[in-house]
Amino acid sequence: MSYLEYNIKTVPTGARKVFFLNWPLILLLAAVSSVGFLMLYSVAGGAVGRWTEPQMQRFGMGMVAMFIVAMIPIWFWRNVAVLAYIGSLLLLLAVEFFGTVGMGAQRWIDLGFMRLQPSEVTKITVVMVLAAYYDWLDPKKVSHPFWVLLPVVLIIVPTGLTLIQPDLGTAILLLAGGAIVMFVAGVSWWYFGTIIAGGVGAIYSVFASRGQSWQLLEDYQFRRIDTFLDPSKDPLGAGYHITQSKIALGSGGFSGRGFMQGTQSRLNFLPEKHTDFIFTTLAEEFGFVGAASLLVLYGLIIFFCIASAMTMKDRFSALLVYGIAATFFLYFAVNMSMVMGLAPVVGVPLPLVSYGGSAMLVLLTAFGLVQSAHVHRPRGR
Amino acid sequence: MRQHPKELEETQRLTTRRGLVLGGLQLGFMGLLGFRMRQMQIEEADQYRLLAEENRINVRLIAPPRGIIYDRNGVIIADNSQNYRIVIVREDAGDVDQVIAKLKSIITLDETELQRALKEMYRRSPFVPVTLADRLSWEDFSRVAVNSPALPGITPEVGLSRYYPMTGDFAHVIGYVGPVSDYDLSQIEDPDPLLQIPKFQIGKVGVEKKLEVPLRGSAGNSRIEVNAAGRVMRELERDPGIAGQDLQLTVDARLQNFVQERLRGESAACVVMDCENGDLLALGSAPAFDPNLFVRGISSTDYQVLTQDRYVPLRNKTVQGTYPPGSTYKMIVALAALDAGVVGYRETVWCPGFYQLGRRRFHCWKRGGHGWMNLEDSLVQSCDCYYYDISQRVGIDRISAMANKLGCGMRHDIPMSAVAEGLAPTQQWKQVRRGEPWRIGDTLNASIGQGFTLTSPLQLAVYTARVASGKALVPRLVKTLGGEENGGEDAPALDIRPGHLRAIREAMYKVSNGRRGTARRSRVVAEGQEIAGKTGTSQVRNITAAERAQGVWKNEDLPWERRDHALFVAFAPYDKPKYAISVVVEHGGGGSKAAAPVARDILLFAQYGGLPPLEAYPSGQHDEIRERFEGLTLSDPRPPAPGRSRA
Repeated sequence: MSYLEYNIKTVPTGARKVFFLNWPLILLLAAVSSVGFLMLYSVAGGAVGRWTEPQMQRFGMGMVAMFIVAMIPIWFWRNVAVLAYIGSLLLLLAVEFFGTVGMGAQRWIDLGFMRLQPSEVTKITVVMVLAAYYDWLDPKKVSHPFWVLLPVVLIIVPTGLTLIQPDLGTAILLLAGGAIVMFVAGVSWWYFGTIIAGGVGAIYSVFASRGQSWQLLEDYQFRRIDTFLDPSKDPLGAGYHITQSKIALGSGGFSGRGFMQGTQSRLNFLPEKHTDFIFTTLAEEFGFVGAASLLVLYGLIIFFCIASAMTMKDRFSALLVYGIAATFFLYFAVNMSMVMGLAPVVGVPLPLVSYGGSAMLVLLTAFGLVQSAHVHRPRGR
Repeated sequence: MRQHPKELEETQRLTTRRGLVLGGLQLGFMGLLGFRMRQMQIEEADQYRLLAEENRINVRLIAPPRGIIYDRNGVIIADNSQNYRIVIVREDAGDVDQVIAKLKSIITLDETELQRALKEMYRRSPFVPVTLADRLSWEDFSRVAVNSPALPGITPEVGLSRYYPMTGDFAHVIGYVGPVSDYDLSQIEDPDPLLQIPKFQIGKVGVEKKLEVPLRGSAGNSRIEVNAAGRVMRELERDPGIAGQDLQLTVDARLQNFVQERLRGESAACVVMDCENGDLLALGSAPAFDPNLFVRGISSTDYQVLTQDRYVPLRNKTVQGTYPPGSTYKMIVALAALDAGVVGYRETVWCPGFYQLGRRRFHCWKRGGHGWMNLEDSLVQSCDCYYYDISQRVGIDRISAMANKLGCGMRHDIPMSAVAEGLAPTQQWKQVRRGEPWRIGDTLNASIGQGFTLTSPLQLAVYTARVASGKALVPRLVKTLGGEENGGEDAPALDIRPGHLRAIREAMYKVSNGRRGTARRSRVVAEGQEIAGKTGTSQVRNITAAERAQGVWKNEDLPWERRDHALFVAFAPYDKPKYAISVVVEHGGGGSKAAAPVARDILLFAQYGGLPPLEAYPSGQHDEIRERFEGLTLSDPRPPAPGRSRA
């Protein structure tokens, strides 16, 4: 069903739209963001101005953006998806040439009032363009090799651009987020099976090649892999961050050290404690109870998104909501895996909690799209 | 592009199905995350908590102040003085070379010390303070303090260091402390963590070593929180530790000072003991050395001077030195004979000047002989022949048993280094140690305190005190430790008939005061202060028959190290013995000439509690005594005024 077939009458109009917003989702987003404010307050050692206040301002801006986006009919967003995608690609290219180098990677464009990370924006525009693509594509052709190749190209181009920044975390999120949209759109299991099998095979052969004449990676690259697999081998070098992060997390215990009592974060044993490693501070100060609660909040956000998506009759809305939910999921799943030592350290923030303007704005805008899809979904004829 | 409603529904169902699969996978992964959290935060929480504590808590040791050592009257013998030093923290200093250069322009630094400190500094983490210079004068210290704004990373600090205010007087008694060495550490099982502090001072010899543990106290610690860089954030708790226990010795610092001063110039030893309770009142060993030299680690040149001195200043002659007791041993032989009932008081022995044993001739010191000698005469005139005779009747084993009973040939338990056992030989001893049978000649030699017999000045003093008191006195050096009285019980009576002891004491009185007494010149004329003693002159060389034929060398004509040892043991006052003394002057010549006057001066000083009046001396000797006293430089140590705060 394309947007042309919407029965306009079943869609709320004007200010009435507000009543049809997915309010539980909004409350959940506010709750998670509040956890973020609290933790930023804590890691700043009780200072509001350092991180909490700017984060709150961005949350406010993000909320406004979300409402605006939500009020605009979803079919408008479908129509601008390709434009948005091309725009974000241009921004990524702009970063290559005019970007500010921060943390050893070119990531930002200074817009004057804020620094924008185009890679964050790209995560959403890729999902949008893929949803629009599958909305346009005849469902019977989704598994046709040519029609599979096209979205793959759509994903690979921005992924490649972020990789050369280099921003491995975003690249992974782009790749996985895009793949998930393709998966939900109904691309045959065979493709995914083959890719996964190929990946496993490649990893296996890389390890098997070690010490052989046909060694595929350099020695130092192997050492990095070793460090990830067993950080204790190099506790003061590359393994330091992950070791300290695990200590902080584990030492939280069941109920935690108490608010502002986390010694690991207080004493700077933790790296990047206000951004990528903020979850360890939460886990240290509020323990298993706090960490699991945040996980439940995240889970509920995913649940409400999927529940909403299931009621959507048009393909763009559904795929968009699944895609955004999946991207959101990937954010916190990768971040948490990373700080718990389940995944290598790649720069992925904890969504809505980590300090960072672009991610906050982009995520809330993306949830505006989810809200728009929710508000403008056709209701019983 | 319209689609068939059925197809539409089919597509939608596929999407929903895939959505559900996706949701399921996400839920599964969240379950995994939750499980991992549970594993880390609940099951392994203790382990991680421990790691976190280790991360953040550093324990720094606080050295406790070492126990102060007092004399019996509260005079400080070993104190803790403030030690001014400067430390550098590399991290704060920035340009280290520049800071050092500036520091050098303010005060003079010892170059080798500085190089060592810099090496240590670069080896350690940049935030660890390292001592640049130690024992600064107050002027240098304040100069650094005033200029500290211009010297980033440099901090003037005050620590505690051992200080011996009486310098050499107690060098041998209490020994000294020094920086702990690797060798020291290897000698101690499970060393106290305190000892790991660089340059921590521990007792090296003497009381300081023997009572190291109570004097040291136990380390305090300060638990400090550090951040990831190791910088101190705050002190969490502080345990000041337990200060070392204060120690009070039985020694009288004034008497000790007098003893050391009186012995000065000789290689000599003197022990003064209280005849009532066994307290050691003075333990003088000359020459002495300044123990303060050792506190920081003595320089090799200073050390060479001490080791190459033929008077061996580093040896504690009072307990470590053993000497043939010579004639001072005769009371033991006499008592053994009386105890065995082999000789009576009036029984006489003819002394022709020698004793013929088979083909060997044993000479008396008096060539012409003493004539008929009874027990008292034999002691007063120190006749050797008498003892050659009676010793054969008693037998060496009973003599040595008596020696042991009186405190010779055994190790006394006092906390000093290398306390010698001496030797009261027995037949068995010779068989075991020398692999030869005991010969009668050995008994004869032993009877006049020669041959195998060896005693330390401490043993001689104990023996004299036991004879004087009739009690089995035990020498006591530590009066109180940590405020608690140490020992001091009444000694049991000796297992010797009092009559025998009385006879011996009477004879000793006549040695000092009798008309023919060998120590008559060193008598005391003040009433109630009279001394009773016994001289001894022990040979350190064999006198050959040839030498005897052409006339024995006089001591004055011999090189120093071949001269006789001069000995004197005595107690005073005679009628109510209070002080017992032994004096050994190495290679001093005759006991009556070299040792007895020393003993008399010291006994009088002890009885008068200060320099004795000349009236105590025989009238003919006043000028000589006055001159001698004027040559002394006494320090007259006094206990500190009450209210002095402990350093």
